Amino acid sequence: MLLEVKDLRVNYGNIEALHGISFSVDEGEIVTLIGANGAGKSTTLMTISRQIPHVAELGGKVIGGSIIYQGEDLLQYEPHQVVSKFGISQVPEGRRIFGNLSVLENLMLATYARKDKAQVRKDLKRVFEIFPRLEERKHQRGETLSGGEQQMLAVGRALMTRGRLMLLDEPSMGLAPVLVRDIFETLKEINAQGTTILLVEQNANMALKLAHRGYVLETGNIVLEGTAAELAANPEVKKAYLGG
Amino acid sequence: MTLGIFLQHLLNAMQWGSFYALIALGYTMVYGVLLLINFAHGDIFMVGAYIGFFIATFLLGLGAGTALALPSWVILALTILGSMILTAGVGVTIERVAYRPLRERGANRLYLVITALMIGLFLEYLNLSTLGAADRGFPELIPTQVYTVGGVSFTNIKLIVIGLSVVVMIGLEMFLRRTKIGIAMRAISYDKVAVPLMGVPVNTIIAATFVIGSSLAALAGIMYGSAYHVLSFDMGILIGWKAFIAAVVGGIGEIRGAMVGGFLLGFIEIFVVALGQVPGFEWLSSTYRDLVSFTILLVILTIRPTGIFGVARRQKI
Repeated sequence: MLLEVKDLRVNYGNIEALHGISFSVDEGEIVTLIGANGAGKSTTLMTISRQIPHVAELGGKVIGGSIIYQGEDLLQYEPHQVVSKFGISQVPEGRRIFGNLSVLENLMLATYARKDKAQVRKDLKRVFEIFPRLEERKHQRGETLSGGEQQMLAVGRALMTRGRLMLLDEPSMGLAPVLVRDIFETLKEINAQGTTILLVEQNANMALKLAHRGYVLETGNIVLEGTAAELAANPEVKKAYLGG
Repeated sequence: MTLGIFLQHLLNAMQWGSFYALIALGYTMVYGVLLLINFAHGDIFMVGAYIGFFIATFLLGLGAGTALALPSWVILALTILGSMILTAGVGVTIERVAYRPLRERGANRLYLVITALMIGLFLEYLNLSTLGAADRGFPELIPTQVYTVGGVSFTNIKLIVIGLSVVVMIGLEMFLRRTKIGIAMRAISYDKVAVPLMGVPVNTIIAATFVIGSSLAALAGIMYGSAYHVLSFDMGILIGWKAFIAAVVGGIGEIRGAMVGGFLLGFIEIFVVALGQVPGFEWLSSTYRDLVSFTILLVILTIRPTGIFGVARRQKI
């Protein structure tokens, strides 16, 4: 098992957002967490990345549980170590591109902790192969990109950290359907090339088509789990998340 | 005003602008990464000047009058370097001891600003109580020479101050463009939440920001001491306030803003006084200097509330 979240409890002030959730991700898998707004999906990813509690602005706190990755509890580590020591990257909700940096600077910042310059060059080439649009715009400021291009950049940045596990928070948000299909197609390729993916989505339809397995999160609890096919066929899931 | 006199004022303006700009850079860089107005920064300038004073005095005393005495350029270089390093240590210590614990507990920014004000007072009165109220005379590290070229006279100190500031600012600009730490500093100023996701240790970047800001203030302190020779415990207050205003007028958080704002303030101050010497403007005595210059800055801020280079941030979702 690559990642195992056990009985994780997180709160914001007096409000408990995660009531002890447990799930796991195996090497090579695409696992999805689906659920409505406010179910705790982003909180889960931000806790794995240790932004909660280390980014004080988010205001969250871990009050119980563990996040075991390769035999170590991530709760012992700082956020940057989750990336640099363990190779867990995140494509955050709303993409959070550095709009004041160029596309190239955004990508190179993600290599902050890396010393393998030759491999960095190869990875940059690979990102530009996957997203030729980013190469065309590499000297443009991030804030001048369209929403779809920003999403490409956010995924490209995660690739540049050379992580083994990529966490994605709502990559479909605010994108036209054709762009969503492109992004999901790319994620499939990235996974096929060896990156394990944990995908958080409100767009359950697309997520279950891509994923191998999934979990349904409802107001801080995991209420269902199964293979993507099982979940897609589940009447409750159909009713609540797949529009009938 | 003849061209010669104009050029002379221009050099004065650039010298004052250098002091303001170097200090303003520290304000703006810390604001960029922490959204904190570090009101202790003017006093860091004072600390830098005093540390420089002690290093210089010590080095001048070494083998004084004998063949072992150090050449003056070595003393100047060691004074600048030593003061920059030690003052950077003071800045980082303040960050570590006073600001970081508050930050990590998610304290409201107001408490950080108040803490910064208190740290500033602490530094002033630490100086006053340990060193006494008497002003110190900053030693002459390199003999002042006056050059006169085509009716314009200027000192070697003035040229060094301006030259060194310009070099340092170009260096800083390159550092922020070319190095990963520099890029990370710019990234934090845009979005703190995403920076750790890039594998960047945020506290290291914040510490580096204090290192740079404090060492630039130390450099300004030594240059000020070399140009005016008088140090006092409260020397950082007014100049710090003015540099802060320069940073805001330039656009707080923007590096170019601090440079432009600093030089702009230097120019306005010098030329308000210069104008008072022009026939017809004699009523504009030098006591009007700050009144007129801050009126001009207020007008600029009214027209552009975010400062000259500041932009209101927007994010695409």
